[in-house]
Amino acid sequence: MDWTALWVSLRLAGLTCLFLLPVGLWLGRLLAMGRFRGRTLCEALVALPLVMPPTVLGFYLMMTFSSEAPFGQLWQQLMGEGLNFTFNGILLASLLVNLPFAVQPIQRAFEHVPRHLREAAWCSGLSSWQTWLRIELPLVWPGVVSALALTFAHTLGEFGVILMVGGSIDGETRTLAISIYDRVQAFDEAGAARMSAILLIVSFVTIALVYGLTRRGRGVRV
Amino acid sequence: MSSTDASLSLRVTQPGPIPLAAQFQCAPGDLLALVGPSGSGKTTLLRAIAGLYRPAEGYISIGDETWLDTQRNICRRPQQRRVGFVFQDYALFPHLTALGNVMAAMGHVPRHQRRDRAREWLARVRLDGLEQRHPAQLSGGQRQRVAVARALAREPRALLLDEPFSAVDQVTRRRLQRELALLRDAIEIPMILVTHDLEEAGALADRLCVLHSGRSLQSGPPESLFRRPASAQVARLLDKHNVFSGRKVMENGRACLAWGPYRLEVERGLEAYREGGALQWYIPPSDVVVHRRGRPSNGERENPVTGVICEFIVLGGMTQVSLGFDHTSETLRFEMSTHGARRNGLAIDVSVDVSLLATGIHLMPSDEG
Repeated sequence: MDWTALWVSLRLAGLTCLFLLPVGLWLGRLLAMGRFRGRTLCEALVALPLVMPPTVLGFYLMMTFSSEAPFGQLWQQLMGEGLNFTFNGILLASLLVNLPFAVQPIQRAFEHVPRHLREAAWCSGLSSWQTWLRIELPLVWPGVVSALALTFAHTLGEFGVILMVGGSIDGETRTLAISIYDRVQAFDEAGAARMSAILLIVSFVTIALVYGLTRRGRGVRV
Repeated sequence: MSSTDASLSLRVTQPGPIPLAAQFQCAPGDLLALVGPSGSGKTTLLRAIAGLYRPAEGYISIGDETWLDTQRNICRRPQQRRVGFVFQDYALFPHLTALGNVMAAMGHVPRHQRRDRAREWLARVRLDGLEQRHPAQLSGGQRQRVAVARALAREPRALLLDEPFSAVDQVTRRRLQRELALLRDAIEIPMILVTHDLEEAGALADRLCVLHSGRSLQSGPPESLFRRPASAQVARLLDKHNVFSGRKVMENGRACLAWGPYRLEVERGLEAYREGGALQWYIPPSDVVVHRRGRPSNGERENPVTGVICEFIVLGGMTQVSLGFDHTSETLRFEMSTHGARRNGLAIDVSVDVSLLATGIHLMPSDEG
């Protein structure tokens, strides 16, 4: 059992959720309520990772992160190390890959909050911030939970992009999914089975949690 | 009295996208009903007062507070306006209890007093005992009361009601209207009600403002609007039927109204029109008096006209009668008791003599002019 790989996976999934939560809330709300030019394009870009083959996406990211590319160079200058084959690299890749999982459920939830509710809150004297915190957030909560759970579970299982960008460096970029692949390559089927079982259990618990929380939240849906 | 200073004044104009050219005033304690067909801009005006819509040009003030003055670039946010807004769908916060909904509007009250004060507001709208219910657990009428309590709990400077009775059944509607009538006696702020129900507007409001395509056509007490609409258009918008065309003529040195072969006496208003000039006139159904057959009386000398019954609709105890005339395609409509109509032998195709009371004839400028 590769506990280090499990730890890398959990750390990657946890940090991806942490960073994508504010992005999802901001972008999800903007796409649900904002009326601006280029909204459709923005939505399409967010959804793009869903339809792109992971290896293709991973390839482009690898090229972008390379120290010969402008972005990779800038990162290296600012942070002192490159992105390819590092934990930061797979974290950044994971943030991009999971964008649709974090944004779309929250966007749908915001779309279901009637405009009148916000206006009623303003007329009741609540500031925009209070309206967001006390009225909108409790109403979109099931969407937020879905987004977090999907992002978490998807990050745990992500394979192609991580392999392209991070390779398989022990304690740095070797996630559980990659470790399973390595074990199979090394004919250690028992080890692969144990780790697969752990991924299965974690994924099942996550999904069960989502359904449970969403159902609890259903009473307050509008 | 200081309360007269707290009148709400509105004047807004904009060419589009929603054309507006409206102005009205509402005194504290008065209920002004904005009436007009769908798309006439009623709700937009209400939203403009609340700060939820910003018209291109306008001025909205309440007492000494200016809420909107586009010339001076003043436009207060909804939070700064202190309005109580009862939305058409009530817009209750579904995740909060009835008490929570009311407390949400009490940011101006010290935190430790909010709960008790909110309970008092709910008790005022007769919802004591239901404080812990969520909106989904309340009936339509109860939800509307929570919305009213929430609007009042803000201690607003104006109460705005957007079709507040449209989402409930007829029985509840009557009950809620009664409650509003009782409640408004205790409220000393301007109240503005948007409705398309003229009966409701007439029964509840002190004043009506008739709107069409965003323009305020006429404001005034319901009775005066119903009896003396400013134009044929207002009469039609108020669902008034008896609007006819005529002209002013001189007969034996006296001005009178020519309507086909008839020369009608009019108590007032003719002096404002030039001789031979076209005009329109309206007579309320209550000022059409049927002559009793075979029993002539003095009253029959007043503007007698003869028509043939072309429509005879029995609506329970009352019957609606429409008379057709040879000289016009318009019909004259009036109501009388079904019993009286039968006793007089009224029926389809029967010729009837009626008097058009001179006091009831109301003159309006011609649409063409």
